[in-house]
Amino acid sequence: MTSYLDDNRGIMSWLATRDHKRIAIMFLIATAGALLLGGVFALVLRIELLVPGKLFLSAMDYNRMFTHHGVVMVFLFMVPVIPTVFGNFFLPIMLGAPDLAFPRLNLASFYVYVTGAIIVIAAMWFGGLDTGWTFYAPYSTTSPTAVATGTFGVFVVGVSSILTGVNFIATVHTMRARDMGWTKLPLFVWSIYATAIIQVIATPVLGLSLLLVAVDHAWALGIFDPAMGGDPVLFQHLFWFYSHPAVYIMILPAMGVVSEVVCTFSHNPPASYRAIAISSLGIAFVGFLTWGHHMFVAGMSTFDVGAFGFLSMFTAIFSAIKVFTWTSTLRHGAVRVTTPMLYFFGFMFLFVFGGMTGVALATSSLDIHWHDTYFVVAHFHFIMVGGTLTMYLAALHYWFPKMFGRMYPRRWSIVAATAVVLGFIFTFTPQFLLGNAGMPRRYWSYPPEYQWLHILSTAGASILAMGLALNLAYLVWAVFRGPRAERNPWGSRSYEWLAPTPPPPHNFDEPLVIRRGPYDYHLPE
Amino acid sequence: MNGWLHRILMLPPQASSLARHLDYLHYAVILTTMAGAAGVGTLVLYYTVRYRAGTGRGGERGPDPRPLRTTGGKSVFVELGAFGGLFALFVVFWIIGFTQYVRVAEPPPDALTIYVVAKQWMWEFAYPDGSGSNGTLYVPAGRPIQLVMTSRDVIHSFYVPAFRNKRDVIPGRSTTLWFEADQPGRHRIECAEYCGTGHSTMRGEVIVLSAEDYARRLADRQPVRIAGPAPGNPPVVGEESPSPLLSLAAVGRSVAADAGCLRCHTVDGTPHIGPTWAGLYSATIPLQSGARVVADVEYLTKSMMDPAADLHLGFPNVMPSYQGLLTAPQIGAIVEYIRSLRDVSRHAGGQPLPAAVSPAAPIVTPLPGDPPSARPADDLLRRAPTGVPLYPPPSEPSSESSP
Repeated sequence: MTSYLDDNRGIMSWLATRDHKRIAIMFLIATAGALLLGGVFALVLRIELLVPGKLFLSAMDYNRMFTHHGVVMVFLFMVPVIPTVFGNFFLPIMLGAPDLAFPRLNLASFYVYVTGAIIVIAAMWFGGLDTGWTFYAPYSTTSPTAVATGTFGVFVVGVSSILTGVNFIATVHTMRARDMGWTKLPLFVWSIYATAIIQVIATPVLGLSLLLVAVDHAWALGIFDPAMGGDPVLFQHLFWFYSHPAVYIMILPAMGVVSEVVCTFSHNPPASYRAIAISSLGIAFVGFLTWGHHMFVAGMSTFDVGAFGFLSMFTAIFSAIKVFTWTSTLRHGAVRVTTPMLYFFGFMFLFVFGGMTGVALATSSLDIHWHDTYFVVAHFHFIMVGGTLTMYLAALHYWFPKMFGRMYPRRWSIVAATAVVLGFIFTFTPQFLLGNAGMPRRYWSYPPEYQWLHILSTAGASILAMGLALNLAYLVWAVFRGPRAERNPWGSRSYEWLAPTPPPPHNFDEPLVIRRGPYDYHLPE
Repeated sequence: MNGWLHRILMLPPQASSLARHLDYLHYAVILTTMAGAAGVGTLVLYYTVRYRAGTGRGGERGPDPRPLRTTGGKSVFVELGAFGGLFALFVVFWIIGFTQYVRVAEPPPDALTIYVVAKQWMWEFAYPDGSGSNGTLYVPAGRPIQLVMTSRDVIHSFYVPAFRNKRDVIPGRSTTLWFEADQPGRHRIECAEYCGTGHSTMRGEVIVLSAEDYARRLADRQPVRIAGPAPGNPPVVGEESPSPLLSLAAVGRSVAADAGCLRCHTVDGTPHIGPTWAGLYSATIPLQSGARVVADVEYLTKSMMDPAADLHLGFPNVMPSYQGLLTAPQIGAIVEYIRSLRDVSRHAGGQPLPAAVSPAAPIVTPLPGDPPSARPADDLLRRAPTGVPLYPPPSEPSSESSP
């Protein structure tokens, strides 16, 4: 049986494929390109911030650069990456299905994503965007830059996100193997399912609000302009109604990866399957009720501040349930420290510290000081970027043997994982202190007493960049030259490892029969 | 404890009546955060070592003899208790935090109201007596101050780190922020909501004066009005005016300090955000467009009204227009002040000029009989090597005072 990689040859067999695995690989390449681009923007920012005044960017170019960094990283990398790459590849296999429910829709989702990405990048090239990734009105509706084109591009990317979400929901409901009940789903499927629900419900609101900005910018309709009867704060409500749940679109799939990695490498079932599955849905639900905590100093009523602060605490509790469940999964296990586990350790530190600073930020009186400072920047990079990036890399190393049928060099991967995790902590810890000291975010020039913390942060960023570059180098090498991998190199009990390595075009040579659960480590494989 | 944590966490000085209370909660929450992250991290590493493969059950890959773990009756209560306790802790944070938020949000009834207008990229303050200042906010210590704020263009955010207070300034709405500074000092104002090209230069200063100094300042503002009477506002030479015989250049310096010019333009040749005024008058300067122009009265006036029109080569386009903000006599006074600096070296970089060389020297250094109120705002005094701030920095030796 030939693998999906060898089944057909030629460029068109990839570009016009309806195989979810090939589409996943195309998404992997596209999102890795976005990560590279956004990472280069980040390095440019960090280098410019080495000095309090101008190093090589003007204020205008700096403002464009941080906008481009945010837009690329959020909309082109973090929101789509884990669902479209690993969800696409493994959701059907984990369900024992030959493909997603709508293979053509899946291919369409890829091309819609690429079209949106091209529009966004074209907007950056011709005129740029200087509004910040949050597009706050009325600045965004009056900015001289290519706001209409850029927001339209993000709108198109959002359509791709909805298509993928619909496809995943339909697949989980209709394509499960015989006898695979809801309690026998791998936890990664639960997290992708919860994510898909948020994608389908919340993304239209983002699309709507960005479309309003685009038309307001193009034809000066005054939707957010008080001089014409509009309301600038309305935009913030609309924007965060999507963009707060979007945080969970980014982190929930990462949590699904954590559950798989921690069970496999502790050779142990999750301490509580139900706790993890239900808290995924709990986060997805509560995430819709907390958007106001982005607006504690925006002139919202005091009552609203109290209500949103209280609701935000529930998110922390659901996340805490997950953290303790993962931790106690290690207990009484047989724990192996592999590359994905190194990323898991990094994830746990970043997620707990980042999450607890989230509790701190939801404490409304403290948020007054921290709002829009580097503390917030450090907080969301720790929890959202740190959580997603470490688990993206963990997923890549965990499933690499299954996806490509090859192994990567273990020593290099340990070096790279250490550099990424330590570089990340080193980059953003100084930024917590900068925020405490009162340095606002999106500042091109800053008072000189903050300089040493910026230098430390840039030093950390360069370690992080080297770690990521190393990852790229040996993974590309391993795709073509790595040693052949076995079918189940980690001894996992999850269903995707039952498929041949790499999987054939329709995943299983014969229909998958479920005889045990995905975490039944007490049974022989 | 307060001082030690304050320094470790790099917090700005506690300069408002509420800052200390907020910081106590800050310490509690951040220490809990650190303890939580360290605790979970330690537990994960402990389990990893304690239950590493090959130490317990059936070697690295062998089947696990134990059945699937089930949650027993007792441990359910332990777990519920643990998460209940954690949630109770979060709720305690919430209760204290929200109580404090209400105190920060509700100004006391006897607060002194000052109006704030934000525009790209400047803060304008209007005081109850009808006077105003740009960039520098003067307030008395020990008295609640309520700022009623609005924006002329996009959303800004008024932020004074030392007061631990911040509020968005929104076009078409008025928002309020109040604080009570506990002692005289100077603190940075920052714009915290991204507002465009000049966002990071939209900084200002709060100068907290003692009650007596504040009263004296109210009286001392008269000379500025003498120099620049608005139409329908007849020149008044009050008896309390300390120095009715100021030169126009000295008045220009006072206007320039109040209008915020000296935050970006130095008068001693030191490079800064805008071109230095030292030796600027009648010098030939290169423009962004490639042309060269003589900095005469016409050019200087145009640059105040429409700064982007003929931008000096090598400087960012961040200066806001002063159209309508300065009266014609005030513009004249500023030009006269720049003219008086004609013989200061453009490249001296802070070298004080020997008085004998330059007739302008007496104006660069404080004049006898200068209104003392002009000093605190004056960057010139802080920049000059001999300059000593009129007011000592806040009691905590901190990052706040500029070098």
